[in-house]
Amino acid sequence: MSSASATSPAAGVPGTGARAGAPGRRPFTWTVYRWELRKLVSQKRSYLGLALVVVLPLFFVVFQSVHQRHHDQGNIFAAQITQSGLATPVLMLLFLSAFLLPVVAALVAGDIIANEDGNGTLKTILTRSVDRGQVFAAKALAAMTYAALAVFLSAAVATAAGVASWGFHAVTTYSGTVVSAPEALLLVLAANAVYLIPLFTIASVGVLLSAATRNSAAAVVGTIGLVILLFIVAQIPGLEGIKPYLVTEQFQAWQGLLRTPTDWSPIAHSAWVCALYGVPALFAAYLVLLRRDVAGG
Amino acid sequence: MSEEAPRAPGPGDDAPPVRARGLVKRYGDVLAVDHIDLNVQRGDVYGFLGPNGAGKTTTLRMALGLINPTEGSVELFGRDPLRSGARALEGVAGFVESPRFYPYLSGRKNLELLAALDGDGAGSRIEEVLDVVELAPRARHKVGGYSHGMRQRLAIAAALLRSPRLLILDEPATGLDPAGMRDMRELIRRLAGEGITVLLSSHQLPEVQELCDRVAIVDSGRVVYEGALGDLRRQGGVGYLLRTTDDARALEVARSHAGVERVVAGDHGLSFQAEEQVVGEFSLELAHSGVGILALTPEYATLEDLFFRLTEGGNGAKPQAVAIG
Repeated sequence: MSSASATSPAAGVPGTGARAGAPGRRPFTWTVYRWELRKLVSQKRSYLGLALVVVLPLFFVVFQSVHQRHHDQGNIFAAQITQSGLATPVLMLLFLSAFLLPVVAALVAGDIIANEDGNGTLKTILTRSVDRGQVFAAKALAAMTYAALAVFLSAAVATAAGVASWGFHAVTTYSGTVVSAPEALLLVLAANAVYLIPLFTIASVGVLLSAATRNSAAAVVGTIGLVILLFIVAQIPGLEGIKPYLVTEQFQAWQGLLRTPTDWSPIAHSAWVCALYGVPALFAAYLVLLRRDVAGG
Repeated sequence: MSEEAPRAPGPGDDAPPVRARGLVKRYGDVLAVDHIDLNVQRGDVYGFLGPNGAGKTTTLRMALGLINPTEGSVELFGRDPLRSGARALEGVAGFVESPRFYPYLSGRKNLELLAALDGDGAGSRIEEVLDVVELAPRARHKVGGYSHGMRQRLAIAAALLRSPRLLILDEPATGLDPAGMRDMRELIRRLAGEGITVLLSSHQLPEVQELCDRVAIVDSGRVVYEGALGDLRRQGGVGYLLRTTDDARALEVARSHAGVERVVAGDHGLSFQAEEQVVGEFSLELAHSGVGILALTPEYATLEDLFFRLTEGGNGAKPQAVAIG
């Protein structure tokens, strides 16, 4: 198309009549949030993390199925796995919760504001009819939504693949009691929901670094680096006292649900420890976005 | 659930579209904007000029609430973006520097997104604005594949979605070919004709001269002139070009005649500045001195001449390598 027709003056100019610029209705934060999700859906990189959390459970189930055909099932691990397909999502949560899921959450949380800075689109959306607070809330919620989607997608795939391979049977809990299959399914769901507490905390830190650094790579790497750092700190002799207060130590709090009776103390502990990290991080991120100059682009 | 929250009552009818007072922006030791005052009145097509780094874009960003002033304030229709947030932008649209969009979304999807962030039924105007900028045939293509000119047009479409009363345009013709620039000028003229106030920052001095009725010229962060373009040109004085039968003798007469100033002899005669009455007396003296007048032509200072005079303190001669913008 020729740029000779750049802006045809012959065409009518909309919105310049009597009602032009008249006060109307401003969008709710829900609208901004919905568009944040649509933006995530439209970006190929959003699927990278989701692909990882889908492929790993599938790979695990396929590998275990093939492996068991050629080896006896005498070890305890194999016995637990083959007892019920519902053991698979629990095992996958155990494996993925420590590092992969935090990494996947960081990929989007660290990028969600900094990416707009890098592309210069932050100024585009901040000159419309939405306040910075609305944009922040929508972005933070979208980052959390993505993290939650990764967790539940992984759980759903692991459950489906596990049940397809080893059946929908009762499961033995950490306490040695046996729970029915429907109850085990609910526990799987609840365990994943409880795991969201520390994961949202990591995402909050990612959002803060995203707002503060204005650089996607720095924010993503910074968030993952923090997780690694906390793991290292937990291993340093003499620092055992602070271990219960590290976010990374809360990644396994969901296991309290798999005891009989349910052990709520690690879950409650996780909730307040994560709040100590997550709430200030989110508040700081909000203040940074609210007060900062948008000078790029 | 409704998608939109009710808006607060609109800004006062009497408030000017843009009113900046003592606007300062400091980055460490660098004073980017130094106590700028701006007064854009309703219906103005207001040119905002200055060399690179003069503080124009920083000022526009402060006006749109993108960056915080170090001192001073700016109000759009009586509302300060710092205090009123997005409400201050009601009836205001435009862009600063290169317009940016989501490259992985189509042109139409970008407009849908922005219309959703505008509320007020902006989505129903998408087809209309795409037609205005003639992007409808490419609306389904991803913006990542758009040329710079197409993005400029998309930015105009995005601005029109908001049914603006004030349009802030930062170099809108950048990246357009001559025909596109002509069409852009026509569009701005048309928008102004329909009552939209336009604040235009432009590299194109002839474009500003053609479109704008009032201008502000900034240099090193300060406003060196603000007012009507006509007044500025009058302040610039009127020059004359004189061709005679004896230019050497005419030069002697000119130098000795009171009120004839800035006399310069060139290949095509003499140029000088003087009041109209002095010119009459001078022409009579030339005749008395036996110098025949072949041509005496008034020459008004162009905006370009005045711009360089104000920003470089020169005599209006165009420097070889001065980028403005």
